[in-house]
Order: sequence, then structure tokens, then C-alpha cells
Amino acid sequence: MASINKLERHQARMGYLFITPTMLLFAVFMVIPVVMALYLSFTNYDVLSTNDWVGLENYRRLIGDTLLWQTFVNVLFYAVVFVPFNILISLLLAMLLNKSKGGVKLFRTFYYLPTLTSAVAAATVWIWMLHPEYGLINGMLSYVGIAGPAWVSQTETAMISIILMTLWQSVGSNMIIYLAGLQGVPDYLYESARLDGASRFACFRYITWPQLRPTTFLVSILAIIGALQLFDQAFVLTQGGPANVTKTPVYLIYQQGFNQLQMGYASAQAFVLAMAILIFSLISMKLTKAEEPIV
Amino acid sequence: MREMGVTREKHISPMKLGLPVRKRTLNILFYLLCSIIAIIMFLPFYWSLLTSFKPDEEMFSMPIKWVTTNLTFEHYLNAFTTVPFSLYFWNSFVLAASGVLLNLFFGSLSGYAFAKLNFKMNQPFFRLLLVSMMVPGIVTMIPSVYVLRHIPLMGGNDLFGSGGYGLMNSFWGIILPGASGTFAVFFMRQFFLTLPKDMMEMARIEGCGEFKIFWRIYLPLTKPALATLGIFTFQAGWNSFLWPMIVLNDPAKATIQMGLQAFSYNYQTDYGPMMAGALVAILPILVLFLLLQRYFIQGIAFSGIKG
Repeated sequence: MASINKLERHQARMGYLFITPTMLLFAVFMVIPVVMALYLSFTNYDVLSTNDWVGLENYRRLIGDTLLWQTFVNVLFYAVVFVPFNILISLLLAMLLNKSKGGVKLFRTFYYLPTLTSAVAAATVWIWMLHPEYGLINGMLSYVGIAGPAWVSQTETAMISIILMTLWQSVGSNMIIYLAGLQGVPDYLYESARLDGASRFACFRYITWPQLRPTTFLVSILAIIGALQLFDQAFVLTQGGPANVTKTPVYLIYQQGFNQLQMGYASAQAFVLAMAILIFSLISMKLTKAEEPIV
Repeated sequence: MREMGVTREKHISPMKLGLPVRKRTLNILFYLLCSIIAIIMFLPFYWSLLTSFKPDEEMFSMPIKWVTTNLTFEHYLNAFTTVPFSLYFWNSFVLAASGVLLNLFFGSLSGYAFAKLNFKMNQPFFRLLLVSMMVPGIVTMIPSVYVLRHIPLMGGNDLFGSGGYGLMNSFWGIILPGASGTFAVFFMRQFFLTLPKDMMEMARIEGCGEFKIFWRIYLPLTKPALATLGIFTFQAGWNSFLWPMIVLNDPAKATIQMGLQAFSYNYQTDYGPMMAGALVAILPILVLFLLLQRYFIQGIAFSGIKG
């Protein structure tokens, strides 16, 4: 008995030892920063001189901060356009390639390639793609007699440019998620529907689409969280402009914190954004948990 | 490319079997459609590749020249001599590679402990890590800078963490915060859970130490998981932009993404070198993908399904 206890104690000690590096880094770079973020959001910390408690002043200020709310409206617009197109394109691609024909895997690989690019590199390429005079997009539009817009430098099309680029970058991986979802739709549903004489469209409307609802929900939530955290694309492709129409919350917080050094106020802004993200994360966690428990 | 196969035979309706002509037409239409989409998806790559090898006068001409006969390497030379691109490339490689090594080691070490060893705080600590996955990076961004600046005895700091810059403007400021990512721990734990426990008990009876059991017996069994995790960590490290931009001020320490962004900002009309630089920044991940495709796909399935 005593030796078993000793063995167990030794095992437990080794367990703690094994997780020490992880937990130490976790404490320093996660726990302390989260607590500090909350504290900083009640101060006027600016790195150089001041670090005083200002109470709810920062939060009061951000209620009247029209630029902050504009950035939220910007990403809302982004999400409203991006999410449906993202679903439509990735689902169509997945359904198109959910076959076992020769070459299908090669096509999947091709559609997946854009997701490998970094946002910075992709945006650099798209600056040139969307060049008003010599860019590929307007060049191709001119074949059909359309004079394309100035894309990134026009208020009407700047956000559309970011959406186009991000769609190109992300439909490939969402296609893979949808392919996995399509695999989960039981075959007998289609078989019995066919026996009852259901059309292809009816099969999609009454079987595929409802069966894929959890996948669609997950893909959308992930896209919304992505929208709320949008930064790289806006920073490189449009620099937040013109007239702030592509400025995102993260972009604003970055500027407030690191260019203007108002870190206290920026922390308060970050907290508001975090709450918005958290709501969607919780929804997505509920969803995935319902499907498969992870703990 | 076998590994991308997540399909299953779909029902072929008897109608179509009777009509080979119609089936052939449908087949041709299918491949035509797939090819058109593939071309569209590939166009930005082709466009940047073409531009990076085209002389300037062909670049700025309309209508578009889809092929060029005057291949030139001048843009690549330009990109690499105007700014120290090879240095940026190296910096990014060092950061991404150390991220991979540390995450694989710490991730599997604690993943193993959470999956296989009994200790009182096992569940609570693991739950805490899981919950933290929901904290968006933006919340910790500003205070993390504060923490990095005030790491004691580093970068000219005294024992109480003041006086110097701490780990700011140092590679450690990027490597350490990401050295044991929660996702890595979680991912490895899930994999260790699938391995049987009896090997461990046998080894203990033989008098094998706990670390040796982990290192010699269990870790070698997780090679596929390590490969997937390694690729994903490398991709994330290589492509990351905002955090390195905040931490690193010294231009000589810039990463390739930072260098590329600065280049496209400062030389706004030099599209040739810009495209050359973008392709160089994309290339390592592309090569990695083509070599290790199946691990990529496993990774997406995992992160996609489990959130």
C-alpha cells in the first residue's frame, strides 16, 4: 500500500513538473495580461508619464466615440456581405467536388491554395490586381466594356475590395469543412427521397441544407469572429481608408494604443471588442459541444 | 493528393446509365466548370508571377499581356537589394522554426501530462487553458507589451523589471508568449488520449523513469500529430504580422511580412519587386503544403470541427 501511494505521489509530482513550463508561460502571458487589461482600462496609462486611476472615464468616453462605432459598423457591413457569399461559394464548391471522379482531388488542392497565403502577401498581390488602370480586374472588366472603379481608393468599393480578397483567401478551407459536413449526411435519406421521386433541388432544399445547418452555423460564426478581428488586410490593402470606411476595431485599437500611446483608453476599447467576440465564441462553443464533447 | 479524398460514391440514377451521351456531356460540363473555377482561383498567383517576370513597360500597358517573352529577373534583384529581403526571410524562418520546436516540445509534454498522468489539478488546469482559448488576442495585446517591457533582468531591466526595454524589440518577445500555445497542448492531449495506458504500466514495472516513458515510448507514436501541429504552427508563425510589428522596432529584426508591408507602403508603384517579394513570402508555405499535404487536411478537419 505504502509503495503504491509513493508511486502515485511520484507520478503526480512528475505531472506538475511536465506542465510547469506551459503553466508558467500561461500565467505570465495570459493571466497577468488579462487582469492587467481590465485594470488598464480604468487608467490613463500612456507608457511615458501617467498611470492614474480614472474610474469609468474611459468607458464614458467610448460611448461617445463615433470613430469606434464607425469601425464596428464597417465590420458589420463586411460581415453582412462576406458571410452569405462565403457560405454560398464554399458550399457550391464542396457540392461540386463531393464526388469520386478522377481529378477531383487535384481541383480541391487548387481551390485550397489561396488559403496558404499570408494576409499581407495576399493584400500586396491584390493591390496590384485592383489597380485602377493596369490591374487584372479592371483589365478584364474592360473586355466587356465596363470601366472598373478605383477599388481601394473609392469609399464605395474599398470594403468590397477587402471582401473580394478575403473570399478568395478563405473559401478553400471552408470548402473542406463543408466537404466533411457533406460526408456526414446519411445516404439513405437521398435514396428514399429519390424513391419518392424528389427532384435534385428538392433533395438539396429538404435534405442537404437542413443536414448541413450546424456546419453552416459554424462557418458563419467563425467568419463573424474573423470579421471582428480583421486587421492585416485593412492595414495593407487600404490603410483603413478612404475616409475610415475600412478602419476596423483592431486597427483603431492598434493606433490608439501604439501610435497615440493612449493605452488605458485603448484597453477599454479592446474590452468592448472582446465582449462582442466572446458572445460569438460562446455560441460556437455551445454548437461544437452539442455535436461532440471535448472534455 | 489521395489524402484530400473525403468523398464517397454518390448514387448514380438509373436514368443516366441509360443515356451515355447525356452522361458524357454532363462530365464535360463538370470538368469545364471545375477548370474555370480553378483558373479563377489561380489567377492572382499567375498574375503576380507574370508581373514579377515582366519588364516594366509591359506591365503598364493595356490590354493585358497574358504572356511575356522578355523574362527578366530584375524585379527579384531589385526586391532583394532595395531592402534586405533575405535577412527578413531568415528572421521569419528563425521565429517560425523556434515556435514549432518549442510548441512541439512543451505542447506534447503537457499534453501528455494532462492525458496520461494523475494529479489533483489536472482537470482544473486543463479547463482553465480551454477557457483561455476564448480570450481574443486583442485583449492581451496591450498588457503583453507592458509585461514584456518589465521582465526582470532582461534587456537592461533591474530585478524589479524597470530601467530597460525588457524583451521588447527582441525575438524572445515573440517566441516566449507563443512558446506553449494552448491549442498545441489541447491538440496533443487529444492525441495522447487515444493511446493505450498499458505500455506505461509495463515500462514502470521495468523501472523506467516518467520522462523516459514520455520521450522514448509515447512521443514517437505521435509523429503524425506532431507533423500536423508543426505545419500549422509554422504557417501561423510565418504569416503572423501584427504582433511582430508591435514588438520589433529595429528594421534589422523585421520579419518577411513586415518587410513586405513596408515595401509596398514605401515603394507604391514598384509593382514588379512587390510581386516578387509577395511570392517569396508565400513560397515556403506553398512548398510545405505540396510536400506534406495530408497533414494539412487533417489539421483543418480537426480545427474546423472542434472549433
